[in-house]
This record gives sequence, C-alpha cells and structure tokens, in this order.
Amino acid sequence: MTRLHVQLAAVAAVACLALAPLVLNPFSITLMNYIGIYSLVAIGLALLTGVGGIVSFGQAAFVGVAAYATAWVSALNGYSPWLGLVFGVALTCGVATVLGVVTLRLQGHFLSLSTVAWGLAIGFLFGNVEGLGRFNGISSIPPISIGSFALVSSAQIYFLIWGIVVVVLFLGYNLLDSRLGRAMRALRGGNILVESLGINAFRIKLVTFVIAAFLASLSGWLYAHMSRFISPGPFDAGMGIEYLMMSMVGGAGSLLGGVVGAAIVTLLKNSVQDYLPLIAKGASGQLEIVAFSALFILFLQWARQGIVPFVARYLPKIKRERPQAAPPLPRRPQPTPGELLLKVDGAERRFGGLVAVNNVSFEVRSGEILAVIGPNGAGKSTMFNCLTGALRVNKGEIVFAGRAITRDPQSRIAKDGIARTFQHVKLRPRMSLLENVMLGTYARTSTGLFAGAFRLNQREEASTRHEALTQLERVGLGDKPFELAGNLPLGNQRILEIARALAADPALLVLDEPAAGLRRQEKLRLAELLRSLRSDHLTILIVEHDMEFVMSLVDRIVVLDFGSKLCEGAPAAIRSDERVQEAYLGGVA
Amino acid sequence: MTSDIAAILAIDGIATGAVYALVAIGTVLIFTVTRVIFIPFGDIAAFTALTLAALDAKRFPGTGALVVILACIATLIEIISLLRNGELRLLPRALFFYLALPLAVVGLAWLTMRAEPPLAIRLVLALMLITPIAPLLDRIVFRPIADGTVLLLLTVSVALHFALVGLGLLFFGPEGVRTEPLTSLSTEFAGVLISGQTMLIVIAALVFSGLLYLFFDFTLVGKSLRATAVNRTGSRLMGIRPARAGTIAYLLGSLMAGVSGILIAPVNTVFYDSGFLIGLKAFVGAIVGGMTSYPGAAIGAVGVGILESFASFESSALKDVIVFSLLIPILIWRSLASLHSEEEIEE
Repeated sequence: MTRLHVQLAAVAAVACLALAPLVLNPFSITLMNYIGIYSLVAIGLALLTGVGGIVSFGQAAFVGVAAYATAWVSALNGYSPWLGLVFGVALTCGVATVLGVVTLRLQGHFLSLSTVAWGLAIGFLFGNVEGLGRFNGISSIPPISIGSFALVSSAQIYFLIWGIVVVVLFLGYNLLDSRLGRAMRALRGGNILVESLGINAFRIKLVTFVIAAFLASLSGWLYAHMSRFISPGPFDAGMGIEYLMMSMVGGAGSLLGGVVGAAIVTLLKNSVQDYLPLIAKGASGQLEIVAFSALFILFLQWARQGIVPFVARYLPKIKRERPQAAPPLPRRPQPTPGELLLKVDGAERRFGGLVAVNNVSFEVRSGEILAVIGPNGAGKSTMFNCLTGALRVNKGEIVFAGRAITRDPQSRIAKDGIARTFQHVKLRPRMSLLENVMLGTYARTSTGLFAGAFRLNQREEASTRHEALTQLERVGLGDKPFELAGNLPLGNQRILEIARALAADPALLVLDEPAAGLRRQEKLRLAELLRSLRSDHLTILIVEHDMEFVMSLVDRIVVLDFGSKLCEGAPAAIRSDERVQEAYLGGVA
Repeated sequence: MTSDIAAILAIDGIATGAVYALVAIGTVLIFTVTRVIFIPFGDIAAFTALTLAALDAKRFPGTGALVVILACIATLIEIISLLRNGELRLLPRALFFYLALPLAVVGLAWLTMRAEPPLAIRLVLALMLITPIAPLLDRIVFRPIADGTVLLLLTVSVALHFALVGLGLLFFGPEGVRTEPLTSLSTEFAGVLISGQTMLIVIAALVFSGLLYLFFDFTLVGKSLRATAVNRTGSRLMGIRPARAGTIAYLLGSLMAGVSGILIAPVNTVFYDSGFLIGLKAFVGAIVGGMTSYPGAAIGAVGVGILESFASFESSALKDVIVFSLLIPILIWRSLASLHSEEEIEE
C-alpha cells in the first residue's frame, strides 16, 4: 500500500459521507450528526490523551462553555450564531489557557484529578448561574444561517458538521506529521527527554490542551445550534467520561479512532436504549448507564489499545519512500579546535546532608574526548545532570561557549548546543528511527502550529527528513529508517540516541554511561563511532564506568571519588595513579 | 456574619467534615494498598444510609439482591480464572469466600429482619449487608487489571461509580431518605447548642480513626497491609498476598464508609446518587494528606467540611463550585510536595 492508496481511500470515504444523506432516513442522519459532533471532542481527546498522555475528564465542560456562550450571544442577545462561534471559541480557548497555565505543570494522576475538579466546578456553574436559565436551560436558540439560507433540518446541518470533521481530521494528521506534532508525540514517556531536545514541554502541553479545547468548543457551538436547546445535563461529569470513553474505544492516539469511537459509543447507546426495554421492562433508564459502564470497564480490562490500532495491524503496511536529498539545515558556528568550550568551576551539589558533588572544577577543550570516571556513588551522574540542566548546582559556576549556563533550564542549554544521551535509553519506541532522529532537529527548525497543520513549510520538513537520514547513515543505522525504535536491540538503541543528539548539530556531545549493558562487539562498534566523530572535530564528554572502554578511547580523564575530584590527566597517567587504584580497588595497605 | 453564626457554621462544618474524614481514611487505605483511587466509597456510604432506611421501614433492602448478584458474578470470574490457571483444588475456598459467605450474610439479615429487631441490630445489619460490596467489586473489576497504571485504575474507578449510581437507582428507587436521629440528646457549649447527632459523628470519627491506628500498629494483619502499601513485591516475598491484603483493605474501607453513611443519614436527605459528592469531597481531603497520611486525610476532610459549611452560607448554589475550584490549588501544592520518578510513566 502506498501513500496514493491511502489518499484514494480518504477521498472515497469523504465521497461516501457526502452522498450518505441521499440514502439515509432522517433518524439516521440525526444520529450521524451527533456522531460528528461527538467526534470533534473525541479527536481533541485523542490528541490530548492518546498523543500527549494527558488524561482529561473535563472536556464536556469546554463543550458546555462554548454552547452556553453561543446560546447567550444568539438566543438571549439576538446576535448572529457566527458571532456566537467567535465568542464561544475565544471564551473556551481563554478558559483553557488559564486552566492549562495553572494545572499543566502537575504530574501524572494529579493532573487528571485536576481535570475532574475543574470539570465539576464548571459543570455546576451552568446550573447555578442566574441569567443562564439555571437547570431549565436556554431554549429557542436560532439555527446557523449561511447567507440567508438557514440550516434548520438535520440533513442541512449534516454537511456543515461533517465538513468540519473532515477538515479537522485533515489538519490534525498534517499537524501530527510536522515538527510540533512530533514534539507532542514525544510528550508521552516523560519530560526529561523532551526538555533535553530543546523543546519546552510545558508549552507543547499547553498548545495541545488548547487545541483539544478548541475542538470541544466547535462541538459545543454545533450542538447548541443543532438541538436549538441546551441545559446543564449534556455537559456534566458523566458526559466527560463518555467522551474519554469514545477516544479510548476508538484507540487513544489515533485521530480516526476519535470518529470510530464516537460512532461506536453513540450507536451502542442507541441500541442499548432500543433493546434494554425488551430484557428489563420499566428499568431501562437505570440499566442503560449500568450496561454502559460495565461495557466500558470490560473494554478497559480486555482491549486497552482500542479498535483502530487493532484493525490497523491487519492492514497492509504503508510503503514509505526514503527521504530525497534536500538542502541542508543551517548549522551553528562550530568552535575552533583547541578553544575552551566548557568550564566547570567549583561546582557543588547537595541532597540534604549528602554532598554529592563537592567543589569540582574541570575544563573541556573543543575537539577532545574527555571522560569523567569514578567508582559507584562518586557523583558522576549528579555532575552530568548539573551540566545538562536537569539539576541545579548549589554553588559554583558552569560556563559553556563563553556564557554562564549555571541557572538555565534544560531546554535552553540544549538549544545552546549541548546534546545528550541517557544511561537508561530514552527513545520513543512507537516512533520510527527516522522520526526519533528528527526530534533532535527541533531546536534547529522553526515550523509552527499553522504552518504544520496547513503544510506550508514542506521545504524545511524535507531538509529535516534528509538531515535525520544523514545522521542515521553516519552512525550506521541508515538501512531501515522506518523501523520502530522499540524493535532495536539495546546496543543499536544507544547508537540511535547518538544519532538523535547529532541531529541537533551540537557543539558538545555528552554521553551518560554509553557502554553500560553493551556486549563486547557493541562496545567496539561504539568506540569506533566516537573516534570517527572526533575526527569530524566534535567535542565529546563521556561519563563512564567501564575503564577499559574509556582508556583506549579518550584524550583526558577526570576522576571523581566521593563527590570530589581526585585527579585529572591522560589515560596512561591515570592508570598508574595510586589514588585512582586505591579508589577503584581499595587500599593496598 | 456574627461570631454566633460563625460558631454554628464551624460546628456544622466539623460534623460534615468528620463524615468525610471516615470516607477519606478509607480512600487513603485503599489507595496505599491497591493504588486504586476508589471514588465509589461515597456510593457505599449513600447505599448504607438507604439500606438502613429500608430496614427502618421494615422492607428488605435492595442491597441484599445487589450482594447476591455481585457474589454470583465474582464466583463465576473466580472459577474461570482458577480453571485457566489449573488451580481447581482452590475451588472450595473460592466458593466459600465469594459465594457462601456473602449469601450467608444476606440470608442472616433476611432472617433477622423478620423478627423486627431494635435499632442497634438494624445498624449492624446495614453494615453487614454493605461490607461485602466493595471486596466483591474489587474481585470483579480491579483484580484483572491490578498491574495497570494509576490512571487506568482511576478511569475504571470513575466508570464503576457511574455503574453503581445506575444500580442504586435500580435497587433503591429515586426517593430520598432521612433516618431517625440516633440520639435526641443535646448539649450547650460556649453558648452554642450542639446536637447529640453532631457529637456522635465526631466521636465516631475519632473512635474509628483510633481503632484503625491500633489495628495498623499493633496487629500482624495491619502490619502486613502497611507492608503491601510500601512494596508489593517485597511483601509477597515475605509471604503476604497482595490480593488478600486488598480484600481486607476494601472490607475496612467499606466499614468506615458504612459508618459515615449511617451518621449522615439523619442529618442530610440521602438519594441514590448522593454518594458522588460525598466521595469526591472525602477524596479532596485525602489529597490534602497526599493520599498517604491518615491524619492528613482526616484533617483535610474536616477542612473541606468547614469550607463547605461557610461556602454554603455565602452562596448555597455555588458551594460545590467553590469546593472543587479550591481542589486545584491543593493539587498543585501536593504535586510540588511529592517527588515523581519518570519511570512510572507509561510509554
């Protein structure tokens, strides 16, 4: 299956949607309208929850804010529904921005609980504010008119709803395949990697959160003007769960899954309403929610992945073409060999009473490979984290390329040209090798939200893809760029991390125990690769445990022991140093 | 607001808060042992009140049917899982715990009911009928996904709450109930009249928290629960079964929730769906304690009760809006105060 086949399938699906009102009865069209309206929210949730890893129970509140906003503008104040759209979207996105700024720094389940909190608070507001009709709601909302043509019947508004859904899907898939979309997909699995690539994780989360709220606001606007009546019920906490369920059933992380999930849940609910009275007369209303929740629980127990990813496994793989040659991305000015690049001066880091790094000073000159070694607990990893901004030093100064970076956040240090790898490999296993490496170019490129969604910056995208392939080839992983990163053995995963770091065009490459857990052959290959990088005048700082690996490779060694610097020098001198022998092997005494 | 009104509001808030505190302690207990944020404890509390009301009206409560149905489902699931693992020799044990025991409880309640027992017995019956529900739900709903992330468990827990609300309507009907006060005594303290019910609520909360403290610190079962909370794998190696620890935690938690339901029933009208707000507010209290500290949870829950009491005096319509909006700053504070490791996050 090629890209052309996928495009043909998409066109065929859109044609089917366009012709559907000709064959469907009015009731089915109404059902389709609801599916479309719910789809918008579920697509937003797929983006937020499935892609970004932020589980929100509160999307129904955003739908409600937009629905009440447009009802207030059009039904209560007599303005056009289009003004209601503008007001509703602006209000919802504004509320989402404020909530996002306040809550998106929360971690893990705290963040999801906060969505329960504001979801409930906003939900209660609708029924209790004077002027919004309280629990009676707002009725006689005017229909949407295009020119003088009012969309009154369900067959008329059908085209508006599904037109919006198709456009949203199209833009959404474009976005996910762009620079910003890759950053969103990298959010799942933790901030440390994301920040180390020069990506401001908080900003990306906020953008994702507001996009999801925007889609919910479109849904709310359509809902208000389709049903012509609103009350607090459809925006309460229960509906928030239902939206979450739609996106999870369809397959969290898949935009199309949002539509499929909305369709399945809506049709299922409809048939539950049809068939339950046959089984239990008189109790159908109560049983509906029970049956529904039970199905959801069963679903979460047995098929957490969702339907679309499940089906996709049985479809033929999409064949992708290797990236074509493209103009290179701009490179940063590299320091001249031999120049002072990094200077650590009197660094100290304490954890409570423990001094993990104690008054450590050393320098890295451009073009050399420097190793920081030491026995377990010597403070190597803490030193490393201070250099890359993952931790702050309590005392002392770190200067990189003539600028103090002591207090800078990780993403700023990454942008300045320090690229790192991780002791415990941090890749995005469900992204391809090529995409993992493309993540590395984030700080060098500039495509934003709109350019990404509308495919306006294809030239930069082509250069990025080409750059990523070049780096994959440079480290020897160029033969299968579309393989998933999670399928690689550990040795190659470490090498892939190096390719990702190289894609950032760094001035200094810092490697955290790159040889840990590697077999002998893999170590030799890694050493070979690092030597070839040095011959390209790249500066490398290695924090390493493995003496043999270090001795044959590096130019200079700094030895740490119990947080302090023991000595510094060429490998041969370090090997014969008595203090080092004592630290590693214990006293001879 | 005069100081008199403030004092009345404060006492009212402490009483409400004490009820939340019982549920909050149960929530913390379940979370530490099983990592499940068990939102439905509020429903358990409401169901207890409804059960007691039915017993008072000399009707057999719907709780009985609910327990029987859940016991049958749990037994079926247990038998299937035993068959799959080839552990049929454990079948008699499973039948006893998942089928015979709950059915015996329901049968006993049914027989006792016919003798028109006094209030004290009715209270015991209500608690007996309610306690099997949460452990059975644990077996049916949470045991198959015990290894899931906190988020998955939370999502399931919220879905379970909605199922219980539906079941509540089915088994108890839409009418709200208010039971007879447990005591008609009252006393005056610093010029403010305090009803006996309020005193009873506070005393009950103190007594049950104290008992729980003794249980955790001075019994082997209590210690095994604490061990499971700290490290599941480690406690397994010491011969503690996490599943059993979970069941005990659910039993204790439902007992606490049941007591709070009995205490709140004479003060507030309880409906089949009243549990959600009780559960959520207790949960807010539990978060104040960082989901790990029992005294923290109790203090937090009392704080929520007082806040709610004053908020409803200022604006009764917006009191829930105020309480839940205040959850956000609390969450931020707790999130900043707790360290997270990246390894927890699912790829």
